[in-house]
Amino acid sequence: MAKIALPLVWIVVTGLSIAGCASTQKNILATQESQLKLRTIQSRVFETGDSQQVLRVTLATLQDLGFVIDKANESLGTISGTKRSGYTLRMTVSIRPKGDHQIIVRSNAQYNLATVEDPEPYQQFFAALSKALFLDAQGVE
Amino acid sequence: MLRSRFFKTSLGFLILYLVLTACQSGIPKNALVLSHEAVENRQLQTRVFQTHDENFLLSAGAAVLQDSGFQLDEVEPRLGVIVASRDRDVMDTGEVLLSLCLAFLGVQRPIAHKQKVLASLVTKPIGDKRTAVRITFQHMVWSTDNLLIKNECLNQPEIFEEFFVKLSKSVFLVAQGI
Repeated sequence: MAKIALPLVWIVVTGLSIAGCASTQKNILATQESQLKLRTIQSRVFETGDSQQVLRVTLATLQDLGFVIDKANESLGTISGTKRSGYTLRMTVSIRPKGDHQIIVRSNAQYNLATVEDPEPYQQFFAALSKALFLDAQGVE
Repeated sequence: MLRSRFFKTSLGFLILYLVLTACQSGIPKNALVLSHEAVENRQLQTRVFQTHDENFLLSAGAAVLQDSGFQLDEVEPRLGVIVASRDRDVMDTGEVLLSLCLAFLGVQRPIAHKQKVLASLVTKPIGDKRTAVRITFQHMVWSTDNLLIKNECLNQPEIFEEFFVKLSKSVFLVAQGI
């Protein structure tokens, strides 16, 4: 009986390990929402051609929202930050020129271990960024 | 009898549902909304210097962070950004003794062991002659059991006052080439 039981246990253990690996490796690029829908809720177009200003104001907005900046790169137009307030909220903002007078700002957030796919937090972020860009353009410190 | 069994099963499912939905609870409603304290915090975290030379202020800021034991993790001078962090041992004898006393009374209290402080310093030109320097801090603290017991912003005014006093001195020292 023991002769049969031991190999059976090994088969089950090996099977479970392989299944575990498969499920962690399978869903690396998976999201709940479609690629197009995600891009739509995570992007806004701003009427300015000044990418330096947009990046600098993004840095200030993230700091206003309680983020600490993790990385920033002017050439690539990317900024990453993390907010720690009992939870961990990571955010990456990237900008891309659209013609000479518009800039597309894309942001994506991760709350603890989950990707944020709800439109509302992005609307709130863009509302804060729009306000800051407007004030900056008016020369308000 | 059958009714009671149905009731218990339903209750079981309800509890399971509540536990599972609690695990999935999403981002807090106001996580990306500007708080009432945002303006106050910004003033606390910012000082304006009478110079247009951002690189000079970044060098002085980097030197203060190094003076305080921070490692520089990321620098992007074209956006006026320095990111730094510091790991340190925060085990305190008094806290250990207090936790031991509480343990005798049957109260479990985690003992802070390791701390990671993160800082991001950002400079921003104001007009042609002035530059603002803003610094923000966060920290994470782990217990002796390696559990994360603190994960938050540091907003005590004394931290910023101390930093900007050191930065003013550093600006002077850098200007003197020291």
